[in-house]
Amino acid sequence: MAKEIKNSLLKPSRREVLKYAGASALAMPFVNRAWAQTTEINMLAWYGHGEPDIVGEFEEANNVKFKPKYYAGGDNMLALIAQSPPGTYDVILSDAEFVQQLNAAGYIEELNAADYNFDDMLHEDFTKFPGHWADGKLHSVMVRFGHLGVSYNKNAITAEEAQSYSCFWKEDVKSKVGHFDWHLPSLGMISLYNGNGAGLWDLDDAGWDKVQETTLSLRPQVGGYFDYGGTFNSLKNGEMLAMCGIGDWITGVLEKDGAPVGSVVPKEGGIQWTESYCIGKGSEKADMVKKFIQYMLSPEGQVKSAQMAAYPGFCITKAGRAKLNEVDKKEAERTGQVDGMPNDPITLVKEGRIHYRDIPKQQSLEDWNDFWSEYKNA
Amino acid sequence: MAQSDPNKTSIAYRMTWRMPIIVWQFLFFIGPLALMVAMSFFLVKNYRMVEAFEMKNWAKMFGRDYFWDSYLYTFGLATAATLICTLIAFPASFALAFKVSANVRRWAIFLLIIPFFTSYLVRTFSWYVILAESGVVNAMLGYVGLGPYTMLNTMFGTLVGYLTLTLPLVIILQTISLAQVDRSLIEAAHNLGCGRMRTVLTVIVPLAKVGLIIGAVFCFILSFGDFVAPYYLGGSKPPTLPILIIDQTKSGQQWPRAAVVAITMMVTLFTIAFAAIYAAYAKRGRT
Repeated sequence: MAKEIKNSLLKPSRREVLKYAGASALAMPFVNRAWAQTTEINMLAWYGHGEPDIVGEFEEANNVKFKPKYYAGGDNMLALIAQSPPGTYDVILSDAEFVQQLNAAGYIEELNAADYNFDDMLHEDFTKFPGHWADGKLHSVMVRFGHLGVSYNKNAITAEEAQSYSCFWKEDVKSKVGHFDWHLPSLGMISLYNGNGAGLWDLDDAGWDKVQETTLSLRPQVGGYFDYGGTFNSLKNGEMLAMCGIGDWITGVLEKDGAPVGSVVPKEGGIQWTESYCIGKGSEKADMVKKFIQYMLSPEGQVKSAQMAAYPGFCITKAGRAKLNEVDKKEAERTGQVDGMPNDPITLVKEGRIHYRDIPKQQSLEDWNDFWSEYKNA
Repeated sequence: MAQSDPNKTSIAYRMTWRMPIIVWQFLFFIGPLALMVAMSFFLVKNYRMVEAFEMKNWAKMFGRDYFWDSYLYTFGLATAATLICTLIAFPASFALAFKVSANVRRWAIFLLIIPFFTSYLVRTFSWYVILAESGVVNAMLGYVGLGPYTMLNTMFGTLVGYLTLTLPLVIILQTISLAQVDRSLIEAAHNLGCGRMRTVLTVIVPLAKVGLIIGAVFCFILSFGDFVAPYYLGGSKPPTLPILIIDQTKSGQQWPRAAVVAITMMVTLFTIAFAAIYAAYAKRGRT
């Protein structure tokens, strides 16, 4: 019997061929309709945000497919949008400090604040994040954040030493201090080390000269300037024992993998990176994008963000934090996202030890970039 | 009166054969080059390039010490890579050309081509495992009481990356060139009492000069323009010109300034290539 079936499949008769062809032709309209119903959402974001671990469930539940275009850095993001026709990107994930520029250039849609549950935010600042509102109108919704400070190898630098940026100048780590190759976080940290506190981005000439001088004094300690992959590898294989310009978003991934590395916010203060979603100007899928932003703010979405494979971020909603504590207590404790923990990121913000990443106020980005090139060549 | 073959002399026939290379050159070399030169005079406003004819980008880049520091470093590093690569490649090429059978030579050339089947980036990253302080080389040195030595994120690391890229190609070019040396001239030199080393230096090397120089030029060109090795194995410390190009585009989308750096690199490479070709053929032309 089985042999007969096999023979029938391998050598179909003319009648069978006609039967299968007819059935296929009749089925085609239904197949096409099923495909047509899948909506494509064009996403512009940092790497990882359009991957299955983040958007997979949402795609399945809403019959949508994300088409991510990844960028590295706010400048890169602005350039990609500037070079594309309106409506190219439906959803844009932006670093918070660049939202203002997105809005000024008319690249994003206005949002309805009533669509998002701002009452559930863990900190009041997150409801009215700088640059996200203009003239009382909402343009972007914060979804996650993280802190930058001293990232270090625990075998080379003690937890006590890591409480100050001065550990970067420690003799034992000469030629073993790496930089994430972007001027903004590294120079921001040096500005904090110089005691500029909340005014770290608002430097007058004397303050800017001092930041340059201090940065140049770090040059003999520097072992290299790295992108994400290089930073990750050099910390993992012990080539670099301390890293300036990053935080738990890189060391967290390594730490979970068992590497003896960690990140802390030192006494001089840390810098917060903040990521926010916007709806691209002219998007025809604004309703679906709104639903996606609501999903990312939901407890499930917040947990996915906190556990993101590419780089973890902190929850911004109370319900999100509660859910994380419920489903992944270990990760919640590792990152201090438990009420009452001394390194609770929200406590650090409330204590004024965290400063939101911004762009230079009295110098141009070009000035900072020029100095960064000089520094790398020093 | 003899009639010429119209198929061979007609302009259409000749143009048919010439057109592909002419079209190719215009589409993929002359056109983009012209665009890049024009772009170097453009300005960037609000992260967008604006058409203009301003010298600002040239003045800005040429007026910065870091540009010239990067230029000298890149030039020096590419020169060092060329010398090291040529010297390392020569004994291998010599052996393949003169000391092994034609069959072994064919297999050796095939094996030298194989690295090009894999991604250069992957090959570069594999050096992490070998050169790291906790890597294979330091582990072996550790057995004899040496090290550990820092090899990654150094000039040495960059040179290793350059050689990974260029050494197989240079050996192939040298081997092909040496294999074509007239054996009777080598035998004549021996018969006239010329020692082995003198035969190599005064007979074989001059006869294979063109291939040896072309190999060196390829090594210089590839090293001078390589981004991967100085970034991932040299730690971008200090940055080479290709890294400077990336830096310009990454922050502020300064493509016009990146174009200035790229044009400077191209002018340098043209100068080196033409000087090398002149050196390779000059003597032959005079005799």
